[in-house]
Amino acid sequence: MSDTPTIPALELPHKHYLNATYGSGLRSWLLTTDHKRIALLYLCSVTVFFFIGGVLATMIRIHLLTPSGALVTPETYNKLFTMHGVAMIFFFLIPSIPAVFGNFLIPLMIGAKDLAFPKINLLSWYIYLIGGCFVLYSFSTGGLDTGWTFYTPLSSVYSNSAVTPAVIGIFINGFSSILTGLNFIVTIHTMRAPGMTWFRMPLFVWAHYATSLVMILGTPVIAITLLLAGLERMFHLGFFNPALGGDPILFQHLFWFYSHPAVYIMILPAMGVISEIIPTFARKPIFGYSFIAGSSIAIAVIGFLVWAHHMFVTGESTYAALTFSFLSYVVAIPSAVKVFNWTSTLYKGSISWDPPMIYALGFIGLFVIGGLTGLFLACLGLDIHIHDTYFVVAHFHYIMVGGAVMGYVGALHFWWPKITGRLYPRALSRFAAIILFIGFNLTFFPQFILGYLGMPRRYHTYPPEFQVLNVLSTAGASILALGYLLPMSYLTWSMRYGKVAGSNPWPATGLEWKTDSPPLTENFEVTPEVTWEPYDFKNRPDLGLATGAPLPAPAHGDD
Amino acid sequence: MSEHIVSPKVYAIIFLTLMIGTAITVWAAFQNFGKFNIVIALVIASIKATLVVLYFMHARYSPRRTQLVIVCSVFWLAIMLVLTLADYGTRAHDLQPGVSRLTPRATSHFIQA
Amino acid sequence: MHRTGELYGQFETLGQQKESATLGMWVFLVTEVLFFGGLFMTYTINRRAFSTAFGIGSNTLDITLGAGNTVVLIMSSLTMAMAVWSAQVGKKKLVSIFLIATLGLGTVFLGVKAIEYKQKYDHHLIPGHGFDMRYRSAHPTASDDLRELAREKQEVETAIKSDPDINYHGQLYFSLYFGMTGLHALHMIVGAGLLLWLIKGSFAGRYTPQYNTPVEIVGLYWHFVDIVWIYLFPLLYLIDRHH
Repeated sequence: MSDTPTIPALELPHKHYLNATYGSGLRSWLLTTDHKRIALLYLCSVTVFFFIGGVLATMIRIHLLTPSGALVTPETYNKLFTMHGVAMIFFFLIPSIPAVFGNFLIPLMIGAKDLAFPKINLLSWYIYLIGGCFVLYSFSTGGLDTGWTFYTPLSSVYSNSAVTPAVIGIFINGFSSILTGLNFIVTIHTMRAPGMTWFRMPLFVWAHYATSLVMILGTPVIAITLLLAGLERMFHLGFFNPALGGDPILFQHLFWFYSHPAVYIMILPAMGVISEIIPTFARKPIFGYSFIAGSSIAIAVIGFLVWAHHMFVTGESTYAALTFSFLSYVVAIPSAVKVFNWTSTLYKGSISWDPPMIYALGFIGLFVIGGLTGLFLACLGLDIHIHDTYFVVAHFHYIMVGGAVMGYVGALHFWWPKITGRLYPRALSRFAAIILFIGFNLTFFPQFILGYLGMPRRYHTYPPEFQVLNVLSTAGASILALGYLLPMSYLTWSMRYGKVAGSNPWPATGLEWKTDSPPLTENFEVTPEVTWEPYDFKNRPDLGLATGAPLPAPAHGDD
Repeated sequence: MSEHIVSPKVYAIIFLTLMIGTAITVWAAFQNFGKFNIVIALVIASIKATLVVLYFMHARYSPRRTQLVIVCSVFWLAIMLVLTLADYGTRAHDLQPGVSRLTPRATSHFIQA
Repeated sequence: MHRTGELYGQFETLGQQKESATLGMWVFLVTEVLFFGGLFMTYTINRRAFSTAFGIGSNTLDITLGAGNTVVLIMSSLTMAMAVWSAQVGKKKLVSIFLIATLGLGTVFLGVKAIEYKQKYDHHLIPGHGFDMRYRSAHPTASDDLRELAREKQEVETAIKSDPDINYHGQLYFSLYFGMTGLHALHMIVGAGLLLWLIKGSFAGRYTPQYNTPVEIVGLYWHFVDIVWIYLFPLLYLIDRHH
């Protein structure tokens, strides 16, 4: 099939972080301070919540097969979309790439032995679990029907669902996010290896630095806001309850001050992943490194200035609405800079269609659609018509699923050989990527049309003329589900039966690819000294990538 | 470890300044400066806070990075306050003194009027 | 367990370790600024809307206790800074003394807060059932100054004319009062716990000119808690005092 010489079968390294034992087996995992093991602990937990969110999504889509709603009562339908949002946003999307890949890779990428505060890293995971338990308790004892946005006074006064434990759970989970962000910021500032200057760092690290800034500055505000809403519910205070003189719009301001930047927490790490994958599978340095790095910081900063675009129809002042609308257009600019730089990287590159690349290319296309439709929504006049319709739902799913989740799955495929030492079947994984792309578009593109035609969101019924598009969307969702189940299966299979990967199967130029696959517990036997520029495919003799030498084809798990 | 050690004399001077600041704040509160009462109170509080940050927390002698962290925290707090007030402050006013803002039916049965 | 001057495994040098710990604490304080910031935001919007009720509410607070507490807390910041200095110059005994003084002053602060909270309870100013801003002036006790009570009653009656919902808006003020001072007190209790841990270490002679990072970073936390109070005092206690 390929005309590269066959590589002799590799062997897994003798000693690595997975088989290192200190203390008894289970304890060495539950009390580990190794950032790589903590990353895997997170991988398991976020997958559980992804599954829960996915089941809830399945129920929503089945219910919406018929205009009058086939599956559940209206009250239960409210609970379905609320719990889907809470599980997916707070317990899957926000932790996913940072807590799994950020934790695993950042020390490796900068040449450190671990993060700055390994015990706090473990604490972060346990805090996540405790928050998750509270939320699961809420889900199973009455559920949650307020929408993931917890608007008052529904959430703080009138709702009869289990709001209080959910709010406590999300409050606690916020600290997991804060501690992760804190750890990353300090690590990136103080733990870089000699020669690893800021502008030699991988863009993945820049992306996580920017993400951590958002985590640090934004999460405390949602914490205090939910605390106030919870106290209002428990003690009948009046901050956000108009009947007692309070102001529901104040809740919205405080809520969205975090929740808008939160979407940048969800997308920036995925953009960092794409910045790693594209140069590797185009076999050339990334175009405009410093612009991509700077745009990550710009998104993090400007992202804090746009929150009230979620409140255009609340009666906020027109002058404020104009300001936020304008700033929402401004925040699109750094994202566009990234897209232009990625596509410029592809130009005249030597493209290979490996699974990570397919996910990355899918990301670029879907993120562009999602991002541009965001500009539709940022336009005041247009938003009056499409606010709270399926247009919004489609917009954010294009970014969150078409963008962030594709970035996550792409990262899984790119770094799986490093994490497990194994390759996965190439043909099957390319097929799964295409399935995911098709399923995704079939699910969510009809929703743009539905929203434009006026179908409101968070409604358990709809006019009969919308049924065809809804059925298309549900059909797409079943294909999308297959697109997730396939990788879960073959990646799990590969852990035992996959071809051994070797330290740098693609090959890529990051420092993490100089370690064994899987790496040692302490990452590096000797602290590395960095003398090279990032993404330099022409001049890395230490990786076998010297000027004039032909670039080897990416290894793959098919024989 | 090379670090700048702030002398107890400096601490004492800062402490006295903070005491004077507290006294002025209380005195000013009992004078009628109209709208400026709150401004004076916040300005004095900010001066006191700045002194604590600079000297007690050693920010004056800390690396640039620490100073940037401090400035950023204040700046982000300012973003939240200013942009939210930009909404509330530019709305049309419809509150009338002497008229209850609560609708009669809306009174919650949880609280005695 | 970390011994004095011992390097943790993930760090290359003690300097890197200290740099990380200090930066870590500063970044944590940033999160605290935003955390309290949400409450200050809520306060700002509510005070703008209900300035009359906020004025009345503020005047029920005891300014002597409030100012006194401010002095106590600033003094505790001084003793905390002196504890760091003592460690930096190697005066180990003084480290313990200053840490104990800081803890003592902090405890005084909390004690005064408890007295104030009890006062609010007695005057029916806890938000919820039974809240009534007219209660105190209508129910004088033996120790009350009757003229002052009459003035207070007059103030409340005047306020009701411009704001008939004063008991609702007053509850917003007191919810914020308890929320903000309560969260602050919670942070002080955590600080007291940290101080106890430091005192224990100082008895064992752990803090030297070469290694005093824990004292330094607990000091940063303690000073931050002081700064929050420096803002809380005028914002809660000193509204409309010139009437």
